[in-house]
Amino acid sequence: MREYLLGNVAIARGILEAGAGLAAGYPGTPSSEIIDTLSGIASRYDIHVEWSVNEKAALEVAIGGSWAGTRSVATMKHVGLNVAADPFMTLAYLGVDAGLVIVSADDPYCHSSQNEQDTRRYAQFASVPCLDPADPQEAKDMTIYAFELSERFGVPVLLRPTTRVSHARSDVETGEIPEGRRRGRGFRKDPARRVSLPVNARRLHRELIDKQKDMEREIESAPWNRLALKGDVGVISSGIGGLYAEEALANLGADLSLLRIGTYPVPSRQIEEIVKHTSKVMVIEEMEPVVEEQVEIVARRCNPELQILGKKSGDVPRAGELDLLTVRNAIARMLGMSAIVPKDLPGTEIVPPRPPSLCPGCGHRAAYYAMRKAFGKDAIYTNDIGCYTIGISMGTVDTCLCMGASITIGSGIRFGGDERPICCCIGDSTFLHAGMTGLLNAAYNKSRMTIAILDNSTTAMTGHQPHPGTGKTATGEESVRISLEGIAKALGAGHVECIDPYSLEESINAFARARDFAGLSVVISRAPCRILLRRKGERFRRYRVTDECVGCRQCLEFDCPAIEFDEKASINQLCTGCGVCAQICPKGAIEVVK
Amino acid sequence: MRTSKCDIVIVGVGGQGVILISEIIGRAALKAGLPVRAAETHGMAQRGGSVINHTRLGCIYGPMVPEGGADLLVALEPAEALRYGRYLSSGGVALVNTKPVLPTTVTTGHFRYPDIEEILAPLRGVGRVISMNATEIAERAGNSQTANIVMLGAMSRFMPIEEALILDALRDSVPAKYLDVNLKAFELGKAEVSG
Repeated sequence: MREYLLGNVAIARGILEAGAGLAAGYPGTPSSEIIDTLSGIASRYDIHVEWSVNEKAALEVAIGGSWAGTRSVATMKHVGLNVAADPFMTLAYLGVDAGLVIVSADDPYCHSSQNEQDTRRYAQFASVPCLDPADPQEAKDMTIYAFELSERFGVPVLLRPTTRVSHARSDVETGEIPEGRRRGRGFRKDPARRVSLPVNARRLHRELIDKQKDMEREIESAPWNRLALKGDVGVISSGIGGLYAEEALANLGADLSLLRIGTYPVPSRQIEEIVKHTSKVMVIEEMEPVVEEQVEIVARRCNPELQILGKKSGDVPRAGELDLLTVRNAIARMLGMSAIVPKDLPGTEIVPPRPPSLCPGCGHRAAYYAMRKAFGKDAIYTNDIGCYTIGISMGTVDTCLCMGASITIGSGIRFGGDERPICCCIGDSTFLHAGMTGLLNAAYNKSRMTIAILDNSTTAMTGHQPHPGTGKTATGEESVRISLEGIAKALGAGHVECIDPYSLEESINAFARARDFAGLSVVISRAPCRILLRRKGERFRRYRVTDECVGCRQCLEFDCPAIEFDEKASINQLCTGCGVCAQICPKGAIEVVK
Repeated sequence: MRTSKCDIVIVGVGGQGVILISEIIGRAALKAGLPVRAAETHGMAQRGGSVINHTRLGCIYGPMVPEGGADLLVALEPAEALRYGRYLSSGGVALVNTKPVLPTTVTTGHFRYPDIEEILAPLRGVGRVISMNATEIAERAGNSQTANIVMLGAMSRFMPIEEALILDALRDSVPAKYLDVNLKAFELGKAEVSG
């Protein structure tokens, strides 16, 4: 049957068609919709689906599933694999029982990420195979193949979609979803393979190295590697780069030899064929020059004269994402044909910028406003990963590195000798993901500062996934609802206070008390995400500006998209009634619409 | 040579329903037996930011429309039409909703929002421009949230897919209780474009 599917939904479909019985992940754009899709149908297919608290937990749960004989998958975004890197690297030694697939979605151009790291490097690093789909159809088909490959060689297999695969839609030919039991026979004791004592690890590492040649041979014949030998100029491409290259060649009407690669290790024999057949090749791949380096190695051996164009020669950009025109023009230049330079539209300079912004009524905005009032502009605000990073225009985002780093970097700045007030801002989901150890570390090492946990009771940025603070699991079941206050106290915070950020004066006072506390203080600002409330059917009151407005612009400091200004302030239909602007207005000129 | 039957770029502001239009077109293409590719915006950029969706009908390659390649540029918000105007192909059609959504850079007084004529003039230099207040038309249909379906109705005049299949896909894609208002929005949008 043909269906119109989002790439991530196609991957979820592949997981089902492969008969997997366990899926665990942590939300991260562009990977989140895989678990989102599975969680809705988990009971229908008897598959365990969970949002884990972080990617390391997700991968370890998936490893346990595999070792219990159940095909298992862990999903995450590229930087999530950094968090899961510890189990990932040694897992390659210990190996799998039932197939284990790790989906790590890359984000060239950082559409929604803090870096452009290339998951294929992790595959090389750990000596495990990696599959690089070009579109949703390949993503689904490769998912099924990845489970088979994993079982054939007893190693985990990486699937690495990119944003333009995960968040692409296309017509996809779907297959049968097997009915019946998806869970395995249970864990079989085998300490020689499951315990990474040095005596075992040394042997298992040699075994992993010995497998490489066989894996390469097997993977070489996979249908994802396609070679068409034509002219003596060629293109070697990988993943979605192959689609761009094919379209560019069709568009140019050029009869070039073309190798499309979808697997790592790369198919050396096919690379050898095209390298021997051509005098000049261009390598088209997104992100790192992984294939390009392999082509150089092969060429050194079997065609040292080969001219290799790519990222190293500067013909293909190394940063950002590729697109059809970039690839077409790179190939056209290689062939001495003219490039297409899109004409700039005159007059576009009048378009006002539209950066992402916190939603009208968002509790983060209210918390930031109160925090700034209490801590002042000279305080240091270490920040973290989530919606709240968008609040950068409010002056409360001085740093953002990776999940959980707000707290630990804050500690470091204090111990590095800065005496100014420090307020670390971290969301609820991020705190539970990687902030708890930082809080423990700060308390234990006597870091004097404040941690603001911005609790909107969901993982908002990635699509409102639940977490242990919400009391609901991925599949909607009731579960323990952990208390952020309880955790903060248990981990050693000396002063813990909860606020409703929409009560401005009380919030400012609470932040001031936290600032003045002679130790580690925690303020939990609790206001459920407005998007979620609206979806639950909550109707918001609206505010308006009265004739009392004198145009003092103080409300504009609140940076709310619902407040407009043209000599005097006005409030537009975006207002969701948080009411903070009415508390800010010195003239009392903002009131509820009755 | 042409590598796609019809390349469409749909732009707007996060929350306006850009993805839904693409979803309906994609499903309609499937019913018509046309291969279809699309790319959409998720995550960080969506929060009140400008969003762009690419949809390619009768295409088996990458999901993104090249700049200068859109046969159809559809803007749910006027400033976004100009922001992504470089995608419009020479002689292509631009369908523009004239109802602005002011960005914070304007509401806070840092930037000026241009007049509609300033927005449409550069596009007219490239292709055929059809403008309408889709938000108002949607209100007439019974719900201002259906401005995206008004635009879909207007688009239906220019796509290589039978209208009946688009309507089928629309039925598959919206909740039953909102179907009537959506069908009305579609009709009113279609009527804005003279054949």
